[in-house]
Amino acid sequence: MNTLVSTINELARRVGRDVRLMEVCGTHTMSAFRSGLPQLLPSNVRLISGPGCPVCVTDTNYIDAAIALCRRPDVIVATFGDLVRVPGSPPTGGSLERERAAGADLRVVYSPTDAVALAQENPAKQVVFLGVGFETTAPTVAASIVQAAKDGVRNYSVLCAHKTMPHAMEALLHDQEVKIDGFICPGHVSVITGAAMYRFICEKYKIPCVVAGFEAWDMLKTIEMLLAQIVEGHAEVEIEYSRSVNERGNVAAQKLLTEVFEECDAGWRGLGNIPRSGLAIRAKYAQFDAAKAFGVKFEAARPHPGCRCGDVLRGVITPPDCKLYGKTCTPTDPVGPCMVSIEGTCAAFFKYDRRAAA
Amino acid sequence: MCLAIPAKIVELNGTTATISVDGASREVDVSLVEEPRLGDYVLVHAGFAIHKWEKSEVDEWEAIRAAAGLPGVTT
Repeated sequence: MNTLVSTINELARRVGRDVRLMEVCGTHTMSAFRSGLPQLLPSNVRLISGPGCPVCVTDTNYIDAAIALCRRPDVIVATFGDLVRVPGSPPTGGSLERERAAGADLRVVYSPTDAVALAQENPAKQVVFLGVGFETTAPTVAASIVQAAKDGVRNYSVLCAHKTMPHAMEALLHDQEVKIDGFICPGHVSVITGAAMYRFICEKYKIPCVVAGFEAWDMLKTIEMLLAQIVEGHAEVEIEYSRSVNERGNVAAQKLLTEVFEECDAGWRGLGNIPRSGLAIRAKYAQFDAAKAFGVKFEAARPHPGCRCGDVLRGVITPPDCKLYGKTCTPTDPVGPCMVSIEGTCAAFFKYDRRAAA
Repeated sequence: MCLAIPAKIVELNGTTATISVDGASREVDVSLVEEPRLGDYVLVHAGFAIHKWEKSEVDEWEAIRAAAGLPGVTT
């Protein structure tokens, strides 16, 4: 580890300017903060957190729609735990957790297939799974839909807000306020997609991309690889996380994604609407699309006044730059999603980096 | 949310495997990985094995963990 830090210091000296490396995976954000990585890096190398936490980039209007479904007496809402405390739109800003306290039937599940089982156990109810997540998670939700179709489960559906990484990363490169010298690419997204997905970023924008593993050593090695590319004037896709990632990815999972989903435009908190960055359920599986089954209307997203999660997600500010951070917005009483999710930049900052930020 | 944990397959029945992590057992779907076998190490996300690690890859990971004073795959 010390050798790696020395090499990074030497490469940073040779770069001779400020370098901003963006990690676009919430699990990387957590890993970096937990291991104190930002403090190990030379002063001209900065890690910035991008829109890599699926809960954080989910707009308030999705939470509002989930809350509305939760209030129906004929519905059981099933979700991953990360989503239950995210506030909906102001002024009420309720959450799924609050709905559960008020009597709604909300179940936290470990896998989307658990939600299908829940539907089979509760034939008189409609079970709606909240489909949020990137390419890592989307195949598991696709599998649940295929399984429900195969088993003739008619009371299961998904409120789909899955998002995909490449066009969001590209949108950041078009953002004049965001400066990125290299991408620390998401490891488990890449297990599914393969590393070749990032090649267009290197070719079109001349930004180096390295797919990283999740141990502190992996992330340091990734930073070394990115700095080496910057020193040499290269922009290529490299795989640090080679024990899990290859060029092609998981073909079976990709087939499942294509079977169930099609590309669509998607609204990202902080980034706005990004063409081709979302996944919608294909017409073939329309009966499993909760938005269609329940006639869900997504109102315009309304963020909380003063909440700067959008700017945090673009890496334009760090959490302490937000006036709500640590005051009205804390992990126990969060205002914005970046403070709710354990992978959110604000929550990670609050937990691990307050002393460094002081 | 994209957390995936490495785990060892301790039982296998078609496309359903039992993994054991820190003494807790859990059934996972292994239909997304090629030729899963008893004793294989897989990366598990949301109830699905999404990748199979070769023994050398498990060793690499455990060496990285050991250098940081962290445990490897625990069953």
